[in-house]
Amino acid sequence: MTHPFPFSAIVGQSAMKQAMVLTAIDPGIGGVLVFGDRGTGKSTAVRALAALLPPITVVEDCPVNSARVEDCPVWAGPRSGVMVSRPTPVIDLPLGATEDRVVGALDIERALTRGEKAFEPGLLARANRGYLYIDEVNLLEDHIVDLLLDVAQSGENVVEREGLSIRHAARFVLVGSGNPEEGELRPQLLDRFGLSVEVASPRDIETRVEVMRRRDDYEHANARFMTLWQAEDARLRDAILAARALLPELKTPGSVLHDCAALCIALGSDGLRGELTLLRAARAQAAWLGDKSVTRTHLKSVAVSALSHRLRRDPLDEAGSGTRVARMVEETLP
Amino acid sequence: MTEALLPWDRAVLALTVLAVDPAGLRGLWLRARASGVRDRVTAALRSLPLPLRRLHPGVDDTALYGGLDLAATLAAGRFIGSAGVLAQPAALVLAMAERCPPGLSARLARCLDDPGFCLIALDEGAEPEETLATALTDRLGLFLDLSDIGWSDSTDILIDPDRLSDARQRLPSVQTPHDAIDTVTKVAAALGIASMRAPLLALACARAHAAWSGRDVTDADLQLACALTLAHRGDVPQPAPDQDEAPAPPPPPPDPGESDQTRQDQDDRPPEDILLEAVIAALPPDLLAKLAAGRAARMARGSGTGAVRKGNHRGRPLPSRPGKPGAGMRIDLVASLRAAAPWQKLRAASVDRKGLHIRASDLRIKRYQQSSDRVLIFAVDASGSSALARLAEAKGAVELLLAQAYARRDHVALVAFRGTTADLLLPATRSLVQTKRRLAGLPGGGGTPLPAGLKLAFEVAQQTRARGMTPTVALLTDGRGNIALDGSANRAQAEADTMALARALRNAGIPALVIDTANRPQPALRALAGVLDAAYVPLPRADSRRLQAVLSAALES
Repeated sequence: MTHPFPFSAIVGQSAMKQAMVLTAIDPGIGGVLVFGDRGTGKSTAVRALAALLPPITVVEDCPVNSARVEDCPVWAGPRSGVMVSRPTPVIDLPLGATEDRVVGALDIERALTRGEKAFEPGLLARANRGYLYIDEVNLLEDHIVDLLLDVAQSGENVVEREGLSIRHAARFVLVGSGNPEEGELRPQLLDRFGLSVEVASPRDIETRVEVMRRRDDYEHANARFMTLWQAEDARLRDAILAARALLPELKTPGSVLHDCAALCIALGSDGLRGELTLLRAARAQAAWLGDKSVTRTHLKSVAVSALSHRLRRDPLDEAGSGTRVARMVEETLP
Repeated sequence: MTEALLPWDRAVLALTVLAVDPAGLRGLWLRARASGVRDRVTAALRSLPLPLRRLHPGVDDTALYGGLDLAATLAAGRFIGSAGVLAQPAALVLAMAERCPPGLSARLARCLDDPGFCLIALDEGAEPEETLATALTDRLGLFLDLSDIGWSDSTDILIDPDRLSDARQRLPSVQTPHDAIDTVTKVAAALGIASMRAPLLALACARAHAAWSGRDVTDADLQLACALTLAHRGDVPQPAPDQDEAPAPPPPPPDPGESDQTRQDQDDRPPEDILLEAVIAALPPDLLAKLAAGRAARMARGSGTGAVRKGNHRGRPLPSRPGKPGAGMRIDLVASLRAAAPWQKLRAASVDRKGLHIRASDLRIKRYQQSSDRVLIFAVDASGSSALARLAEAKGAVELLLAQAYARRDHVALVAFRGTTADLLLPATRSLVQTKRRLAGLPGGGGTPLPAGLKLAFEVAQQTRARGMTPTVALLTDGRGNIALDGSANRAQAEADTMALARALRNAGIPALVIDTANRPQPALRALAGVLDAAYVPLPRADSRRLQAVLSAALES
């Protein structure tokens, strides 16, 4: 049971899986927000993501997973320079984590035992070049949210406390999940996520039974189940790598840019982050499908997840903003 | 077997299956006040094959995950770490679980996702609203409510240890019939249980019971498992589950003489119907209604800004208490020194060292109490002929309230609606001067865009809540709206919009007050107050002093 539930064995939830695959292809899209009921496989999908991501090459003993020896922070001391291949880090940020655990703090053990002033890296250091997963992101305390926003924007973690003055790279993809009935997320943080998806429990019995069967096999016939689905995961990983290779050669016609802008104006989304993410997501989608050029079809298939969380909230809209985006896509981009 | 189990038999069975497979069932949500009956249940936890670890809602990260052992480190002068409770698989017993803060719930939920852990949450909530966080209730397999069980109904729970170890050995090889998964899934769906964890837990429970009974999983095991694990999760069950796409036909009226043996004669009844009945019979319906109400109230509160917050950073100082600094706690130096002072002579005699002798037990930490500011949002009808008088009285009441605002931490905002739109005349403020200036010239007359007024009040309420205040909406009007949200003069649409907004306000958990200033009380406004879950106060020809008295009373309650 040491391996998490395989990503490809998750039944249904195609929107969530698509969003995660897209950020794996292009981390620049900037994270996924998964909102939905309990027990819909949100956490399972995120924890399965790690197995899907291609490994990264890091300096062996670098606390921030640097790719080159010269990128290692000075405060970490001299490094061996041995390069190793590691799985992409997927770091859990627990709710109620204190500020010093997130950004890092004075290493109390060394301060007490050796009288040295040393820095103990926090979760942000470990998440560099990987994913930072926040379950129940909507219940996160405000001061931690502010801190994450700042770091996510600058890509650098600056610590000025307890007589330490430290900075290190902290580029990570934010993945958040939560249940909207328990609290809303501030618009500033919402905007920071590239894609958002809403998940619901499957409605039809067939799907639900299939979910149960696979989970049951995972728990009671683990070896057979894992051989079957790990092969599937490996195929998916190869497809992601192939899409990454395709990405730079992709053509983006002017008409697609025009469509992006038209859609965002029609929806009245704040700022330009909407257009930029929409375009990146559409490019990743095109690469995923192996196409040579971005088209309106790609744009339409990612519009809901790229834009639905950037709309002004309407208290009367019971259908949810996803429906509004879908309707507007049909109107503006026939 | 469709008759309800006796409550105590149910408790014994639940503890037995938990003892067989604690890791598979993930744990027990035990709702009971501290009592002899509860002690009998918790005493049976000793049969679990895991070490018992007690937790309390105030437990910090160091205790959970391990870290610096402050007392030992201070004494030894070198770093001494302590292992956390979660370092190895254990049965965690969480006392006073209803007071468990969201942070701890999330950590425990994360830990329950790892194999090997099991949580027994002792929920002592007196009110339905006081209950365990849904992140945990969703993950715990079993639920017991002991409140109706008297001491004489209960017995000491004795679980035969030999049979138990046999059952545990048999558990991995217990076979499940092929259609069991289908059946359990259908029952969960028919009960309206969205979470996919529930049927999995039911299956684990059936396996554990089959292992205990020394056989492979049978219908009787499934029936019992559904009754133990699903009953408390569903919506309040109706006799026929009213789901459009539920494929199961509504169950026929229950047959009192039915048993496992007669099931063979009734092949027309799908097995899930029988299970469904077992579930419905398992718990008294009023309990389910109460649980559901508690859950709704909890969701409505959700955002986490209560009226009073105890923190450790700002607000009115409370007496400091013993504790360890760290995890956001700050040391109260003076109180710590004062606590250490009486012992100095004794300690100096026993330890050959100069200077102050401070032990870990002397440390005191600071606490503060902070009440979140309240904000009263007036939504005033400025339409029609009586508008001027009503507005003037509303203004008077606002100013009277603000005059007291120095003593209480009240803010006031004012939304006026007339013509086709609503305007925010006064953003939330405590400044009397600003209020007087802003409210000096207020126009009146025109239609009654009640929905627009409510919508703006709702938005203001959400904004102020996001800033950490506690909003209350006071609606002053003398009739029903006649302008819809889109600005058209459509009475029916206006009515529909008003009701939709009122529901949104109530779902957001914003308290409200409807003040009817018409000469005769308006039934439509009383209905609106009902939807808003608000107090309804008819106040014909309201003058500002009476208005202010009513509002103050409503705020105090």
